[in-house]
Amino acid sequence: MTGQFYPAIIEGVQVATVLLAAPLLVGWVRALKCWSQGRSTAGLFQPYRDILRLFSKDIVLAENASWVFRAAPYVVFGATLMAGAIIPVISVKAPLAATADVIALVALFAIARFFTALAGMDAGTAFGGMGSSREMMVASLAEPALLMSVFTVSLVTRSTSITEMVRVLSTGPFVLRPSLAFAFLSFAIIAMAETGRVPVDNPSTHLELTMIHEAMILEYSGRHLALMEWAGMMKLFLFSSLAIALFFPWGIAGMGGWLAGTAGLAGLPAAFFFLALKLALAGVAIVFVETGLAKMRIFRVPEFLGTAFILATLGMLSYFMLE
Amino acid sequence: MGFRGTAIWSAVPFQGRGVVIPSPLESVSLSVVIFLVTAAAAPLLKSRQASLINIAFSASAIASVIAAFAGFNAVATGAVETMVLPVGLPDLPFYLRLDATSGFFVTVTAVLVFFVSIYSIGYLKGFIGHPAGLAGQRKVTSLAVFYCLFVAGMLMVVLADDAYFFMISWELMAAASYFLVVFEDENKEARRAAFIYLLIAHVGAILILLSFGVMAGLSGGFENFNGYTFSAMRASHIPGVWKAAAFFLSFFGFAAKAGVVPLHVWLPEAHPVAPTNVSALMSGVMLKVAVYGMVRVSFDLLHVSDWRMGGVVLVMGLVSAVMGILYALMQVDLKRLLAYSSIENVGIILVCLGLAMIFKSFDMTALASLSLVAGLYHITNHAMFKGLLFMGAGAVMHSTHERNMERMGGLIHRMPQTAVFFLVGCLSISALPPFNGFVSEWLLFQAFLLSPSFPTPLLNLIIPLGAALVALTAALSARCFVKVFGVVFLGRWRGQHDTTVNETGLEMRGAMGFAAFACLALGLLPVFFIGWIDAIPRELVGGRVSETASEFGWLWLTPVAAERASYSAPVVFAGILAVVAAAYLLTRIPRAGVRRAPVWDCGFEKITPRMQYNSTSFAMPLRRIFGFLLSVRETVRPSGADPAFPKRLTYRLKIRDRIWHGCYMPVADASFWIARRFGRLQHGRIQIYLLYSFATLILLLVFA
Repeated sequence: MTGQFYPAIIEGVQVATVLLAAPLLVGWVRALKCWSQGRSTAGLFQPYRDILRLFSKDIVLAENASWVFRAAPYVVFGATLMAGAIIPVISVKAPLAATADVIALVALFAIARFFTALAGMDAGTAFGGMGSSREMMVASLAEPALLMSVFTVSLVTRSTSITEMVRVLSTGPFVLRPSLAFAFLSFAIIAMAETGRVPVDNPSTHLELTMIHEAMILEYSGRHLALMEWAGMMKLFLFSSLAIALFFPWGIAGMGGWLAGTAGLAGLPAAFFFLALKLALAGVAIVFVETGLAKMRIFRVPEFLGTAFILATLGMLSYFMLE
Repeated sequence: MGFRGTAIWSAVPFQGRGVVIPSPLESVSLSVVIFLVTAAAAPLLKSRQASLINIAFSASAIASVIAAFAGFNAVATGAVETMVLPVGLPDLPFYLRLDATSGFFVTVTAVLVFFVSIYSIGYLKGFIGHPAGLAGQRKVTSLAVFYCLFVAGMLMVVLADDAYFFMISWELMAAASYFLVVFEDENKEARRAAFIYLLIAHVGAILILLSFGVMAGLSGGFENFNGYTFSAMRASHIPGVWKAAAFFLSFFGFAAKAGVVPLHVWLPEAHPVAPTNVSALMSGVMLKVAVYGMVRVSFDLLHVSDWRMGGVVLVMGLVSAVMGILYALMQVDLKRLLAYSSIENVGIILVCLGLAMIFKSFDMTALASLSLVAGLYHITNHAMFKGLLFMGAGAVMHSTHERNMERMGGLIHRMPQTAVFFLVGCLSISALPPFNGFVSEWLLFQAFLLSPSFPTPLLNLIIPLGAALVALTAALSARCFVKVFGVVFLGRWRGQHDTTVNETGLEMRGAMGFAAFACLALGLLPVFFIGWIDAIPRELVGGRVSETASEFGWLWLTPVAAERASYSAPVVFAGILAVVAAAYLLTRIPRAGVRRAPVWDCGFEKITPRMQYNSTSFAMPLRRIFGFLLSVRETVRPSGADPAFPKRLTYRLKIRDRIWHGCYMPVADASFWIARRFGRLQHGRIQIYLLYSFATLILLLVFA
């Protein structure tokens, strides 16, 4: 086989990985959480069964819902999957990675959020609006912090293209940089907020006063809900992968480093192994935080995210001042 | 008129037909003449309002097409063309010049004027057609006249190549827009707003005049008038202190017109009360003409080479951006919200210009041209999407007769096409790909990220903070426009009667459609746009980005190098569309049904539209977070016998502009106080006035 199809195959493998492994990560986190709290689990594969069930169910639309409500799940799913094609999850050789750099990646998540928030307001209920308002509050603080955090990495690597950032970080000499430490702390806080985990939001709540993300998608049902839920799972997967790519990139295929260095398809099995290992550890970390912390009051969240913002800015300042 | 011109871009005669294609400068002048003639001729049609609207605004549309093509050519060729008009005072002819920079502003202005002129044909019929229209039945003659004068004034400012003609055009623009703001003059609010506008516009004009005075005096001497042309100023070397003086005078003068915080107070007053087509132009292009003034003076005439000047511009831009969007979020009046958002966008443009000045002063021409291109891109984008949003707001007001968002809702069902166009505007202004707002913001972030360590620690501090604040502004503006679209178009109608709410006419929808298309096109094909404006960074900062930007063809935007950053809007757009289409088709396979049902009401019955989140409640979290920056007074008063079970709750929320009450009111109060003290001198008796004259004479004799 000639090498000209490798990039396309790798891109296809990566998109399929994002689609199929995202529910597994969520299942893993749920199962870990159950074990840590002494409950019995529904199994690693329950998220798949949930999605499949929702796809076969009827859709019940709110009387007042417009086309925005019906289009939003598809747009959210599309933007999230597009982000999945860009982040180097298993290999840096994916051809679509060049279409968007890390700023455009953040903007892709912003598109998904914009449409989710609009859909929340479309039915004309108090809950939807409340969810949208809160989600946009969290986002308007988390998004600049996220940008600052990735900017710090891109200052260090002198690029905003994610594959280039991964390449520079994993092949260059290993240097402990204070700026990257700040950036990682900030990124971790933001990732919890952006993916709607405790302590900012609770993915398993349906209590009116604490919902953020769930409040926005409360009116969804059937395949619309399935797409929204699936996109949410992919978002968790992608934020974990992005954290891995930016801060722990060792093992991603196609870079010519000492790990998984072979070009083409031969590096993929090792890349899969490292990805699974790192995601499993990320799941442990998430569960550690979620069981250790209580959900915050909504107006404590700005302080929490403000911390992330300050940490990221400190990271950037320390790059300019120290490095 | 005798033209004594040195046309570099020479007229090309058609062989054998004897037709001469006018050069770009001649075409723009022709378009100005059409605007002036239309303004002069409009009163003749006073008695036939409908044909007046059709003729005057069709003429404006045609004239703006001519100007747009000419401006486009001027930028594309990068040629410089000058002309001297022997009118005006003796020995003070008008100098005209069309280079790439002015051609760019001519194009942006003319394109938006074209859209708005088409829009106006439909919009103004609301004033004359229906007695129950927005302001009742009224004549629009003065509106048509001043509209044309206003556009002519803006084009003339951009063409002017000497201080004298520049100031005359500037005043024409200011005066015409004053009359447009005060168009609904029975409205007290409009009169007050127009007065504040005129006042601040003139303070600004005085500063600009002083700045030109400094430059003219130092470049041509004070004995003759030679220094007043821009070419003399461009050629002269102004010593450091005077350069700073000229720069800051002109910067604050133009900033007053551009609505930079803290000189912005006129803007949220004047834009809402003006007719909406005029607000679209004021916000979309008049602010840009002020930005043109800054660009012209600082880059071209003064050759700014001190990073501190750029630093001031950058910081003022950041303050404007953050404060503008925070105030915008708090508004419930749709047009006022858009006006505050214009302050934010002008702030972002200033950030780009400030960065360009900083980079230029350290001789980093590639970075300076990147920031400048980001700024010019944002100028174009803001003209397009803010014009679109104002036109959409006008369409909404036209059919709902309502400016307050708290009484709207669910308009997507009544005005489906307007909703689509407005959504495009919201997506663009929120900097979401693949629309245009994202591209300029992306370029700006690239400029921030490419900046190296500077020798001055202060800059090393400001640049990361600047990037952080721009990111915050972008996120807040997305939030702001989710609120606008969600409250106005989604949900259910909150007002009294919605039976009269209908989709607007074809002209208005057409104009919005054009603008929406422009937003998408500018977002999808940035490489062409950057190639088009290539001559401007070369002219102003001596660098260019188009070579590297288009290195990989039209599909890929790579401002510096492919491994630094790349972005391909068409692929992102096509990718999302493909996934959406695939998901849409694949998920239909299980053949699940779709039915409609009432919304989930938590077991309560009678869920009413008043229970929806509205604009005020949507903005509540941010009011709590950023309340310390604003002046917010919120009171809830229960009424009824038992305070634990109140019959009614009275909720009052007052958000005031701190700057207005902190900076402007004391000055206004002090001037009134002084005026009253001086008023004591007046008694209305001739003897006392004669006594004053006598005393003055004696004093002069004693001290002379």
